[in-house]
Amino acid sequence: MNRKTITSLVLILLLAAVALYLVVPSQHPEWLKRLLVWQPETARSLEFMQGLDLQGGLQLSMVADVPAGQELSVETMRAAAQVVEGRVNALGLSEPVVQVQGTRRIIVELPGIADPEQAIDTIRDTALLEFAEPPAGAGEAELTPGRVVSTTYGMGEDVTPPPGYYKTILIGDALDSAFNTVDETTGQPMVIVRFKAADTQRFYEYTRNNIGRPLCMVLDKTILSCPTIRDAIPNGEAQISGGFTSESAQQLAIQLRYGALPVPLKIESYRAIGPSLGAISVEKSIRAGVVGLLVVFLFMLIYYRLNGLAADLALALYVLLNLLLYKLLPVTLTLPGIAGFLLSAGMAVDANILVFERMKEELRHGRSLARGAEAGFSRAWTSVRDSNLATLLTCAILWFFGNAFAASLVKGFALTLALGTLINMFTALIVTRTFVRVALGLLGEERVRRHPWLLGI
Amino acid sequence: MIDFVHNRRTYFILAGVLVALSVAAMLVSYVTYGQLVRIGIDFKGGSLFSVHFTAPVTEDVIREAFAEEGYTSTIVQQLGDPADNTWQVRTSFATTDQINAVLERLEEITGAVDRNSSVVDTVEATVGAEVARSAAQAAGAAALVVLTFIWFSFRKVPHPLHYGVASVVAMLINVIVAMGFYALMGLLQGWEADALFLTAILTVIGFSVQDIIVVFDRIRENIPRHRGEPFSLIVNRSIMETLHRSLATQLNAMFVMIAILLFGGATLKPFIAVMLVGMLSETFTSMFVAVHIVGLWEERRKSRPARA
Repeated sequence: MNRKTITSLVLILLLAAVALYLVVPSQHPEWLKRLLVWQPETARSLEFMQGLDLQGGLQLSMVADVPAGQELSVETMRAAAQVVEGRVNALGLSEPVVQVQGTRRIIVELPGIADPEQAIDTIRDTALLEFAEPPAGAGEAELTPGRVVSTTYGMGEDVTPPPGYYKTILIGDALDSAFNTVDETTGQPMVIVRFKAADTQRFYEYTRNNIGRPLCMVLDKTILSCPTIRDAIPNGEAQISGGFTSESAQQLAIQLRYGALPVPLKIESYRAIGPSLGAISVEKSIRAGVVGLLVVFLFMLIYYRLNGLAADLALALYVLLNLLLYKLLPVTLTLPGIAGFLLSAGMAVDANILVFERMKEELRHGRSLARGAEAGFSRAWTSVRDSNLATLLTCAILWFFGNAFAASLVKGFALTLALGTLINMFTALIVTRTFVRVALGLLGEERVRRHPWLLGI
Repeated sequence: MIDFVHNRRTYFILAGVLVALSVAAMLVSYVTYGQLVRIGIDFKGGSLFSVHFTAPVTEDVIREAFAEEGYTSTIVQQLGDPADNTWQVRTSFATTDQINAVLERLEEITGAVDRNSSVVDTVEATVGAEVARSAAQAAGAAALVVLTFIWFSFRKVPHPLHYGVASVVAMLINVIVAMGFYALMGLLQGWEADALFLTAILTVIGFSVQDIIVVFDRIRENIPRHRGEPFSLIVNRSIMETLHRSLATQLNAMFVMIAILLFGGATLKPFIAVMLVGMLSETFTSMFVAVHIVGLWEERRKSRPARA
């Protein structure tokens, strides 16, 4: 055993100890978590992240409900996602995910949620706000709050409204802020809305030309209120007053704020997983994993003896390093993800087997043990590299496929399988080689040679 | 030494029978459902309820609850062990409100709906079409990558095209057998192809390249080492030399998959099962089909009189 082998052995044992410490205990000091600078600052942790299928929860995919040809800008979708996120955060869940997917889709994941209906209601309430001009000659009935109306939204800017249609002047994304307050002179509750700079001019022109006429605020095609324009509004700030209680003023302000979705959304796919189901899945996966890996351990030991022991130790380190990466990166674990990990563990010994079979061959050709071992490792390298590269390419394709429509299950499988394959290159070659060298060094070439059963020949 | 080359014909016949059976299963599936493999909601849209009940219920009761909410053409199936009281219902696309209404009606009638252990999945048809499209893209990309990979790995051997064609034939057999198995299970157990099914198929494709490459790699190595030996002997030697490795590796992967099948949850069963079948087929085709195609080709070439 030369100095290099001893150094690698020490480094490997050190790595194993660190990994074991980080993976096994559930409590870690705070400063350690603060070192995980690549994780988002608010959520640094050394816990396993469980996917929706493991802890239960809700996954929603919402799509912009506009005609297929209508272009949507990246900003529009991002703004819509922000509004949804505001709503979702109001639910007070631990790790909600709101993501824009492609050009017209928003994905919402709410892990561990107990009441999916309430969550959907909350998210769906984020309705489309429109400032619309009532049809000519509209009477009292047409201006009553609560009335459901048709608007020209989506028909284009300068369309002549069909009879009975309300003409959309501005929509919710033009709104900068909305809040309720009290009129200082009259003491009446009122709502103040402020438009973004870009739309201030339009609002000014419109109000200047339409003084004395009503303008309706329509939330999800339902009239909220139809105040009369008293003055041209140059500063982009409009007061809505009259007939409010302080509660109703506050409610309207909230609806205006959170309802300021730049584009209407509809739910196109939905997956609700009961939380207790997830717990059962976790339990079953662990059992399957333990049984499967135990069989692999035993097989390697029985079939390859001394080498098998080295491979088993390397496999144990492999499992540990995978789990460590899941915590550090972090990787969100799903059922297929666990399957991918277990499969990769079963295949991790492949590289070892390639090497050990080579070693046996070399020994049968009468070469020395140490030489045989080294030849085995260096010759098997091309095969290991090629086959692992094939797996990685497969994973990349799966990842892109899963990404195309937010199939977190497919992505989970691809990710754990790919990670496992990468770690495998290290454990199966470098770690196992060190262990084999150490074993040969400790036992001595002669002793192993006298007992060929040690190598399973 | 076992003479693998001698038994070549038997292996080809066996492969042919497997492919024929698989194609037959897919054809029966096509006649029965109009699809080679039953397509799930991931690809065509619809809703899938997996409802757990706290007490035994009958299929009729479930059907009735759905019918009362307007879902008359439902497929109702018991999931897993009858003692689990878990039922799966497939319907056309339902909105969240409709799902809620159905579950409430079901609770009214049975009084035993356990929502905490239930799963509801719903996908609109347009999404399904998009998923199907990206699935086709993924499969195309996989085929392309595999071909490039094989070409690259064997660009220095004589006749790389032979190796490429042999690998692709073996890969196709594996995919057909895996799909045939799924079609059969669709007929027997109502399994439907979802995104994970495609994942399994793509994984099988990836793994089959891997297995074939190990054997081919050995042939590549043995050609210069045993110059002058007939090609069939080199092929046989290469198979013998990689046999242990192939079997040991496949066995380990299978141990894990069988453990997941036996002890893991019901959700992953179709996914793992189709992967296992694909892997069994891989083990067979990599050792007994792909190499012999190359061998056969090589012999034909040699037996042809050299052109002047």
